[in-house]
Amino acid sequence: MKPAPFSYYRATSIDDAITALSGADGMAAVLAGGQSLVPMLNLRLSPVDHLIDLRSIAALSRQEETPEAICYGALTTHAAFEDGAVPDGTNGLMRYAASHIAYRAVRNRGTLGGALALADPAADWLTTAVALDASVTLTGPDGQRCLAITDFVVGPYYTQIAEDEIIDSVVVPRRSAAERWGYYKVAPKVGEYAKSLAVALIDPAKASARLVIGAWSDVPLVLKAGASALLEGVKQHDLAVIVQNELDLKMPSLSPAERRLHTSSVVRAAEQARS
Amino acid sequence: MNRQQVTATINGEHKEFLCEPRQSLLEVLRDELFLTGTKEGCNDGNCGSCNVILDGTLVNSCCIFGVEANGGHITTIEGLSKGNELHPLQQTFLEGTGMQCGFCTPGFLIAASALLDENSEPTEEEIRHWLVGNLCRCTGYDKIVKAVQDAALILRERAL
Repeated sequence: MKPAPFSYYRATSIDDAITALSGADGMAAVLAGGQSLVPMLNLRLSPVDHLIDLRSIAALSRQEETPEAICYGALTTHAAFEDGAVPDGTNGLMRYAASHIAYRAVRNRGTLGGALALADPAADWLTTAVALDASVTLTGPDGQRCLAITDFVVGPYYTQIAEDEIIDSVVVPRRSAAERWGYYKVAPKVGEYAKSLAVALIDPAKASARLVIGAWSDVPLVLKAGASALLEGVKQHDLAVIVQNELDLKMPSLSPAERRLHTSSVVRAAEQARS
Repeated sequence: MNRQQVTATINGEHKEFLCEPRQSLLEVLRDELFLTGTKEGCNDGNCGSCNVILDGTLVNSCCIFGVEANGGHITTIEGLSKGNELHPLQQTFLEGTGMQCGFCTPGFLIAASALLDENSEPTEEEIRHWLVGNLCRCTGYDKIVKAVQDAALILRERAL
């Protein structure tokens, strides 16, 4: 047995989970899919006295559709996205991103809410959520609050979730049907965490474009100059120069190798989106 | 120690056991129930040696606690054959040398059987994508992929 001892409680409802979290004596953590938390407990990287299992809470696995957005319960698994078992408003971008997270056994268990709660900068969902302008609904003892993903994530592995709050759901606005996307992930081995991850979105009819770079040492960054250039249709070489200049400005700590790596993944995602 | 009672159906048999919350399902299977066919490799979800099927889906038993399986249905490698009759995957792995040292084999067989349950005619690419989470350090993947294709064919012919 690898983790330090902890107590285990299977919560029956969201309220039950919040009560257990608020009343816990010592360090409490919620268990969603556990595909990052359990290895971290095994390695004793994450001290926990009380583990509150959310998996039996059916409300956290729901999906709700509105004309503007789709709301995914926090426990929606990566595999549900991969298999197209849940509605998609992103022209397949979320399905593609999900199918490239780790491995099937992990995707069967791992969840969207769990991934965002961990806020690993190298994880697929965080950068994807920033690109898609997602928002996160948190439930706590005083009710619910909804945060834009860029407000929700404060830093690497650091979010606005209070000690007695859980993620209820993630709301993803529907994209226009004509929008195209590009997704470029650099990983040394298939299924590994990314060394660089870029997402590009472009809809020329609506004059909208978005470029996001993730999997560096901080939260994902929105590249505005790069997105404008993408929309104007500048050639690949010129786009690379513009992106590199923007990275230099916003990510001055990059080594020359990282700078080239991230520039390449942004340009490749952009090229994929307009090809 | 704070041990909890867990009830689960394992390979079709009703089982009750006690375990600590911090014991992984893998540890419970091997050390409490003595089902040692499931192997411990990396213990962090990267190698697939500990693959089992829990409630119809493929999982890494190292990344799940035994208490989470309470009320669940589990299939381990010990449950793949029907008595002395090997599963077609076991047959084709044997005949096509889909193994050398055999340590990764239980994981590959369970993962491949989960694939064939969902997709009776997977392409080579689909097989490779599905088995990305299973590491083999000696056989090489070509023979394993071929063995899965051969088993899929046998299963399809049987279904006719």
